[in-house]
Amino acid sequence: MPRAQAPASTVDQAEIDQFSRLGAQWWDERGPMAMLHKFNPVRLGYIRDQVTAHFGRDPKKLGCLTGLRILDIGCGGGILSEPLARLGGKVIGADPSQANIDVATHHAGQAGVMVDYRATTAEALADQGECFDVLLAMEVVEHVVDMPLFVKRCGEMVNPGGLMIAATLNRTMKSFALAIIGAEYVLRWLPRGTHRWDKFVTPGELEAAMVRAGLRVVDERGVVYGVFSDAWQLSNDMDVNYMLTAEKSA
Amino acid sequence: MEYNKVVMSKKPQSHADRADILIGGGGLAGLALAIALREALGDAFHVVVADPALDRAPGDARASAIAAAARRLFETIGVWDEVAAGAQPILDMVVTDSKLDDAMRPTFLTFDGEIAPGEPFAHMIENNALIASLLKKARETGVDLRTDAVADFDTQPGGIVVRLASGATIPARLLVAADGARSAIRERAGIASHGWDYQQSGIVTTVAHERAHHGRAEEHFLPAGPFAILPLTGNRSSIVWTEQRTEADRIVALPDSEFHTELERRFGLHLGDIAIAGPRRAYPLGLSVARSFIAERVALIGDAAHVIHPIAGQGLNMGLRDVAALAEAVVDAARLGLDIGGATVLDRYQRWRRFDTMAMGVATDGLNRLFSNQSDVLRLLRDTGLGIVDRIPTLKDFFIREAAGITGAAPKLLKGEAL
Repeated sequence: MPRAQAPASTVDQAEIDQFSRLGAQWWDERGPMAMLHKFNPVRLGYIRDQVTAHFGRDPKKLGCLTGLRILDIGCGGGILSEPLARLGGKVIGADPSQANIDVATHHAGQAGVMVDYRATTAEALADQGECFDVLLAMEVVEHVVDMPLFVKRCGEMVNPGGLMIAATLNRTMKSFALAIIGAEYVLRWLPRGTHRWDKFVTPGELEAAMVRAGLRVVDERGVVYGVFSDAWQLSNDMDVNYMLTAEKSA
Repeated sequence: MEYNKVVMSKKPQSHADRADILIGGGGLAGLALAIALREALGDAFHVVVADPALDRAPGDARASAIAAAARRLFETIGVWDEVAAGAQPILDMVVTDSKLDDAMRPTFLTFDGEIAPGEPFAHMIENNALIASLLKKARETGVDLRTDAVADFDTQPGGIVVRLASGATIPARLLVAADGARSAIRERAGIASHGWDYQQSGIVTTVAHERAHHGRAEEHFLPAGPFAILPLTGNRSSIVWTEQRTEADRIVALPDSEFHTELERRFGLHLGDIAIAGPRRAYPLGLSVARSFIAERVALIGDAAHVIHPIAGQGLNMGLRDVAALAEAVVDAARLGLDIGGATVLDRYQRWRRFDTMAMGVATDGLNRLFSNQSDVLRLLRDTGLGIVDRIPTLKDFFIREAAGITGAAPKLLKGEAL
């Protein structure tokens, strides 16, 4: 039974149920989420490098994110939140699925990493007046009901001089072929039903939403999979996976 | 003593109750890995090296050929300056194929010993000097050195708990087996090792000679196997002399004067009179490669992962390639906040090293089989084969660069780049 949602929520209950089913498999690096684990280093590297450059930190230092308040929206099992906390960030991991939050909390406890996990939504946090130096919406905007509204509420939570970084899937024929047919049906990289192509977001749509939310896009980057290296890497090709960094003027 | 103060302040909280990484084995590979990690990641990254032999006087009579790639690694982690004084560059190399009593040994392969102007493809260094320098550097960089053995370990969610022989228990995120060819950690991790025994031994000793070697290395393919003369500093050379195992044991046990006679028969008189200048010992030769280089929260490096035939002098260099690959995988992961003992890091290390190791194992095994044989057909084959190599400069260049360890997708440390 779907939980009651606040009006104007951007959460899609069917999407939450899909991810909640993963349970402990979130953290099995060779399990159903293996591809996300392989994707993790490239997005972590991008976030680290954008954030350290913006805030004048040394990206090679183990505590390079120390003191920064970071929100990871749609944190799932905590695959992104936990590493960012290890780098020193004061990380709040938010996910509407209590099952995901339970998995993430349990894992962080075992790993001895401090993350503030909350079963909540971006809207609820914005309503509470929470603010962050860095707001991350990684692989999230393609899962929400009303993308521009979601981005607007996120923008409210970015401190002046802070950053919002979003990663998502472009809506192109190539992404339909690769991300839906290829990744979910042929290669079985992702559980079937992970993505709905019609909810994918073009860079133009996302940037427009960010601008309306008072943010200025300062970097955009594609991510591609190298068949021979079996690794994801940054690229200028934004046809399928891409990331945007936007700042709020000080 | 300003210097000591600095050293003290860099020391980790003595015997902290947990480690990021625990390395079982304080030989060349284990110490080099520990130093590389501390240099790259600093004081916040706790590295323990446990070895029951850490405080024993060094007793290794062997010398090692340090290939250019391995030298770059030592330079990058800051130990090369210390060992450079005792390092003899190999300036050229001569390979001959002959029967023991041939008056002249036909030279069919010569190498200029430089991979780039002014960069010799290898240096000879005595293992004791290298270990002493690595230990000194490990102390300076704050590696937590324990004169203790890894007794047992258990994985648990998020880490691995290592018990030492003294009873100390250290939770870590990754355990590295650097404990040699008969690795107890490898065995405890349930990783089988495949290979075979050559029924040969390598007799190792040091020889002083009257005339200068001018940095020339010689490898004579005698019927029993290769006989290598490797230049050391001063008028000295390190000998690696292959014989059938029973014959090797017999030769090593001979009285000094008879041993000298046997040695001189093979060494020749081209460097003038010779004198035995070190202990002699026979090391059994074998080839073995671990079925996997990784297990849950465990990585194997050096001889614990692979032992190959010393015919091409690649054993230690292979171990240092493991060090460079594992150090880079761990440092990259640590700087992303990832779990350094997780499957992603271990899989990357294994993918990087295992193919290379198999290829080197097969190549050195083939060389040994080709050269340890009295058959005239094989002799003709290898003479023409190597003769062709000698006449094609690009092919020879490839072999030199391969011997120097700088072909392929090399890890950064082997290219002299800091992590």
